[in-house]
Amino acid sequence: MLGKSPWKMAVGATAIALLAAGCGSGDSDESSATSNTVVIGIAEPQHLIPSNTTESNGAEVLNSLFYPLVDFDAQNNPTPVAAESITPDKTNKVWTVKLKPGFTFHNGEPVIAQNYVDAWNYGAYGPNGQGGSYFFSTIAGFADLQSEDPDGEEGPKTAPEPKAKKLTGLKAVDDSTIEITLSAPFASFESLLGYTVFYPLPKAAFSSDGVIAEGFEDAIVGNGPFKMKGTWQHDSSITVEKVADFKGQVPKVDGITWKIYQDDAAQYADLVAGNLDVQTQIPIESLASASADLGDRFQKSPNSAFQFVGFPTFQKEFSDVRVRQAISMAINRQEITDQVFLGSQTPATSFVSPVVAGYRENTCGDNCKYDPAKAKELYTAAKGPSELKITYNADGPHKAWVDATCNQIKASLGVNCTGVGEPKFADLLTKVEKKEPVGLIRLGWLMDYPLMENYLGPLYSTDGSSNYYGYSNTAFDDLVAAGRSAATPEEAIAKWQEAEDILAKDMPVIPLRNGQNVFGYSEKVSNVNVDLFQKVNLYEIEVVS
Amino acid sequence: MFRYIVRRLLQMVLTFFGATFVVFALTFANQDDPLQALAGERPITESQRIALTERYHLNESFLTQYWYYMKGLLTGDLGTSLTGQKISDMLANAWPVTLKLSIIAIVIAATIAVTAGVYSAIKRGGLFDNVTLVATLVVLAMPIVVLAPLAQLVFGIKLGWFPPTATRDAGFYELLLPALVLGSLVIATELRVTRTSVVENLRADYVRTARAKGLTRRRVIWVHVLRNSLIPVVTLIGVDLGGLMSGAIVTEKIFNIPGVGFNIARAITTEDGPLVVGFVSVLVIIFLVVNLLVDLLYAALDPRIRYE
Repeated sequence: MLGKSPWKMAVGATAIALLAAGCGSGDSDESSATSNTVVIGIAEPQHLIPSNTTESNGAEVLNSLFYPLVDFDAQNNPTPVAAESITPDKTNKVWTVKLKPGFTFHNGEPVIAQNYVDAWNYGAYGPNGQGGSYFFSTIAGFADLQSEDPDGEEGPKTAPEPKAKKLTGLKAVDDSTIEITLSAPFASFESLLGYTVFYPLPKAAFSSDGVIAEGFEDAIVGNGPFKMKGTWQHDSSITVEKVADFKGQVPKVDGITWKIYQDDAAQYADLVAGNLDVQTQIPIESLASASADLGDRFQKSPNSAFQFVGFPTFQKEFSDVRVRQAISMAINRQEITDQVFLGSQTPATSFVSPVVAGYRENTCGDNCKYDPAKAKELYTAAKGPSELKITYNADGPHKAWVDATCNQIKASLGVNCTGVGEPKFADLLTKVEKKEPVGLIRLGWLMDYPLMENYLGPLYSTDGSSNYYGYSNTAFDDLVAAGRSAATPEEAIAKWQEAEDILAKDMPVIPLRNGQNVFGYSEKVSNVNVDLFQKVNLYEIEVVS
Repeated sequence: MFRYIVRRLLQMVLTFFGATFVVFALTFANQDDPLQALAGERPITESQRIALTERYHLNESFLTQYWYYMKGLLTGDLGTSLTGQKISDMLANAWPVTLKLSIIAIVIAATIAVTAGVYSAIKRGGLFDNVTLVATLVVLAMPIVVLAPLAQLVFGIKLGWFPPTATRDAGFYELLLPALVLGSLVIATELRVTRTSVVENLRADYVRTARAKGLTRRRVIWVHVLRNSLIPVVTLIGVDLGGLMSGAIVTEKIFNIPGVGFNIARAITTEDGPLVVGFVSVLVIIFLVVNLLVDLLYAALDPRIRYE
């Protein structure tokens, strides 16, 4: 058997292997060259069901497949898009959304009010485990859709079924009218409706009431300017093509290939080689060469990222406000943004991002100015700790700037400062929850909707979802709440600005940097804009003929 | 021979279950909060936590979780990853491209290594021999994390000879550069083993006898020397094939190939236990099968080897 002619076998096997490997080529560059389509780089989305999409990659893809109720203008004020009008009653508690007529889903179904109601009920229902479910918590009846595990997560008992399956605050009055009752007045509710989780889903999405059909996510059907071509090729690509006679704003390109990358550096390589048209975030290690590689196709635009470190206020050593002020003054923000981030981020001097209405420059005041002499003075007077730590998660690109910040603190205050890397963010949170002395905590925040409240609420209020450092001030909480229930958005902003002033006095966190989109595009496209949510403006982008 | 194969197959079943058990136990020990890892830096809501914990049996004990997994495996269900995708689908997507990449890498590496190895052994001490010795030293010293981005920068971007990245449905040409990089992992060792082995056999008694009988030089080298010299090389190539499949993590990341290495790396960072075990199980099977094939090839190459 084998013994006779191993050589022939080896040669044959090799030939077959090479043939097998060689086949399958030839279909790769079918969509390039002459056609009016663009290739935009993303990372693998986690999910494409709108109510489960809370990260930017999935949101970018959905942005092409869906048409939102509201969009935001240049000043970040909400403007109705798929909605004809969005009107509150006098108390700001009951909101009526009128839909524009004529819109259809990609499968031909007309878009009706019930589609929105069904999708939102699905998203809000606790056992569906949707990542964006907390957005629906402003709507009346949300609490009844959640359940609690009676004996905690580790216990043997499982959570009982929630009391209700539908939100009481949602009603489809007729095919084009949605009536939304909130659990509390919220003057700026309209801004929330622009977020991804508020997209509608067609009837075809559900196999039975409240159950998403199997496989729907991979071939999702939306109401937007583009429809999916084929299915979601996981880890590879998602291709969308223009919908014929779309009733909303019509994009200039005929299709988009969302090319999925595992690695930002690989994405950048493809951009420079001309295989990719847009990269929305150029990795920091490529920034130095980006101007030379791309020329004026390398650009910056503001985004909503806000980077800061929090003080575990429950620890005695940080309880004196002077200690917190001193550490903040010891940091030279400008130097770090220039040297470590090569100008891709800007120094932060306020507690909210500059992109939201109501932002004021320098609310942090002298506390965020680099003043080593004063810092040292304050620190000595307050008898600050002789050892400082900044804890960060080592799976993100944080080591360089944390070490640089520590060195500045060392030089200014004359105390020892070390950066401590925890393997993952979850490990960091575990330690914080157990109140272990982790020192200062590195944190960051991207907004979900453009309101000051989206920074103030989650980050600094007592029960804020991302308030990991335990800051609590009732006066502040009351002002944030007062802003929510204010009669007009302007009044709301006034209340929120008052709240921000309290933060400047208390210094629960040190604002460090505001993010920017640093994006690049190929010679094939023009009119490329990246918005606050890191999404490419798909209606403006053009192919250069 | 037949009895030997049956015995080996039975051993493989045991090894398979043992290996997956160990991997499962290790991933279980490594898991502290997979749901938070999945959500990244976002706060995870209470209702989402409850729902996902129940869906993936995360609140059960280790043995119960292993039982669920094994039950699924034996009924042909590899389960779902924490991202909600079917693991069988992910495997089906990831394997072909990694397999293609590894095969191209191994064929290129073996061809170059064996040809150059034999040639430098015959011309031992000559210019070619010395040059390859230095060249292999350089390649051995160069870690793949340096070599891969360097190759991508030089040949992919600056010179533009190859596409800088490849996709899942990449053809031969697109995979050539990553395959060359991947192959360089093993080419140096394979070359040196071939050379040493040929040099030794050139001095063997039976070669002298063959020469004394008046056989042509070509026949002596091709039939007598090469066949005996290739036994250690075949072993090495067999082991390398398994190594390349799992060792493609760096290459696949840099050249953006959504294959096995990438999936395993991602599954480890997101503490996605079922996904790690699913992919590693297939790797284990491949290792076992390749090892069996290598053992059987021995018999083909060396008639003195008999299995009972």
